Amino acid sequence: MNELFSSIFSVNFGFAILRVMTPLLFPAMGIAVSTMAGSQNIAMEGSMLIAAFFGVIVGAFTGSLWLALLAGIAAGVLLCMILGYFHLKLKADIFLSAVALNMFASGMTIFLLFMITGDKGSTSSLNSPVFPNLTIPLINKIPVLGGILSGHNILTYVALISVFLFYILMFKTPFGLRIRAVGQNPHAAESVGINVNRTKMYALMLSGALAALGGLYLSMGYVSWFSRDMTAGRGFIAIAAATLGGMMPLGTMLSSLFFALVSAVAIYIASLNIPSELIQLIPYLVTVVALAVFSGRAIKRKKEKEIEADKELETEKDE
Amino acid sequence: MEKWILKYFTLIRVMIALIIGVAVTILMIYLISEYPGESLKYFFTGPLASKGRLFNIFEMAAPMIFCGVAIAVSFQADQFNLGAEGSFVIAAAVGTAFAVSTNMPAFIHIPLVLIVAGVTGAVWSLVPGILKAKWKASELVSSLMMNYVAFYFSLFLINSYFRDKDAGFLVSLRLPETALFAQFIPGTRMHFGIILAVIVAIAAYYFLYHTTSGYEFRQTGYNKKFARFGGINIIKVIIMSQVLLGFIAGVGGMSEVMGIHGRFLWQAPHGYGWDGIIVAIIGRSHPILIIFSSLLLAYLRVGGQVLNLMGDVPAELVNVIQALIILLITAEAFLGQWKYRITRRQAEKEEAAK
Repeated sequence: MNELFSSIFSVNFGFAILRVMTPLLFPAMGIAVSTMAGSQNIAMEGSMLIAAFFGVIVGAFTGSLWLALLAGIAAGVLLCMILGYFHLKLKADIFLSAVALNMFASGMTIFLLFMITGDKGSTSSLNSPVFPNLTIPLINKIPVLGGILSGHNILTYVALISVFLFYILMFKTPFGLRIRAVGQNPHAAESVGINVNRTKMYALMLSGALAALGGLYLSMGYVSWFSRDMTAGRGFIAIAAATLGGMMPLGTMLSSLFFALVSAVAIYIASLNIPSELIQLIPYLVTVVALAVFSGRAIKRKKEKEIEADKELETEKDE
Repeated sequence: MEKWILKYFTLIRVMIALIIGVAVTILMIYLISEYPGESLKYFFTGPLASKGRLFNIFEMAAPMIFCGVAIAVSFQADQFNLGAEGSFVIAAAVGTAFAVSTNMPAFIHIPLVLIVAGVTGAVWSLVPGILKAKWKASELVSSLMMNYVAFYFSLFLINSYFRDKDAGFLVSLRLPETALFAQFIPGTRMHFGIILAVIVAIAAYYFLYHTTSGYEFRQTGYNKKFARFGGINIIKVIIMSQVLLGFIAGVGGMSEVMGIHGRFLWQAPHGYGWDGIIVAIIGRSHPILIIFSSLLLAYLRVGGQVLNLMGDVPAELVNVIQALIILLITAEAFLGQWKYRITRRQAEKEEAAK
């Protein structure tokens, strides 16, 4: 037990949590954006995978990190645009289309992987660039905290900064207001001249870009290669993280942190020969409970509002 | 002719989507393969070329039918539940645990293990049902989460208490002979579970289309407000649809253990639930059609495997194609213009006849 505590309260452990959090936080924000626009995009898994793949491939063949970044984001956004096209134009159910696109991404990446490298497992034969790690001056001098916060991959910092940008975008700009308006009441939004479909499409594209960054981090930061189905359900865990975080920026970050903490603990515990499966299921269980509590509260609030409205009506009548 | 098209419009749409899927498959094989003629032959006739492969189709289709029918039952009641996967796995784990720790004659053991598994699956999928019915919590998210909980809990149960320590990898103990399905065609793995899957599909069809409860399911799926207005207890329908989903998927999971593997051996999510969604969509949530869509998907998968093995095109081609087919089928507006034109022409004709 002592061994467990000493490893959990170590600098390495804190560092590991942020490392594990990054590929959850990006798609979780993607879920949050699309949910705010009223079209929850569960194709995060596919977008991450396809971005991770094209990032590595383009990086390996051009040697340029920028082109790799661009290709990855373009692939992720494109997948979500296809989703948008089918959902908004062809009136397909967004969940079913997203399920199909996740399958498509998984199949397509393995397919192309084989066509390009002749290997179905991974791109380890290719020499692809990775995003650099950053040592943050001043902060890295702080004992303990410096060790945890400094020296991460640049995308980890991008993820943390984008939580802040996400807040600004959604709550301080007209664009964010439009997205939220469309999500809350599309008819009302339309009546004041907002193009509902276009706004939803932008939100889906944004969610695709965020997922793509998560995917790029996996194949060009977390490790330096692409392997088949390497997202391993992170795009789905992101749904849990965003739900638990109430689709709000800070909440989503905290719940991603929580999921990362639990999986990091599970990894440590597994190395001590204690069954780690029970630890690993905790975040999902917590999400189910939280979902029940939040939904219950939302219904109660709605009922209270209805009762109030009824009372107001009655008093108006009396007058 | 046009009336006939309108009547079977959904079916025709599915057919056209399938044809486009097959056409794209042929096109891609032509583009990629060095010897396309051979490859096409491997893909399309390969599954029928040997006894082993032919029956492979049926073996592969069985879990798809179970999960597809399970999901169709909830789709019909307008529930988007991804929980088939979780019920499938946890029922297989608990059923395995029960089977290896009990000892009785086969004619009691087999049904009892199946019932234990089915009930486990049903109880498991009751959770999203209750959350949805009571608090309107999204069954999509809660069932997805419950899948992960089911998976990790199953691993914990099997790896900690029922692990076969003599086996070289993480698997459960072998089921006793009395709890195994008989494999009835030598040289293949055809087992009783495949017949059971078809029976379940027929029973589900009967339930949905020929009983009052089934009517209530479909009415709720068709129009919730109208159903409530007509005196249908929506909460009961939601919960019952989830229970049925869990039960059918659970029996399917156990049947896979009892018929094919003889033990619990999944250490990573296999995706049976996702397969179920695919065949439910292609079969338009109709249990009988799902038998055929499962066979079709299994046929394509076996074809992909043969192509992969003998030819020079990876089997994942099938995953790409199935995604395309699903996208086309779920797109309501796909061929919508065509339907609109026919409907209009029909109306004009009727108008003129007056």
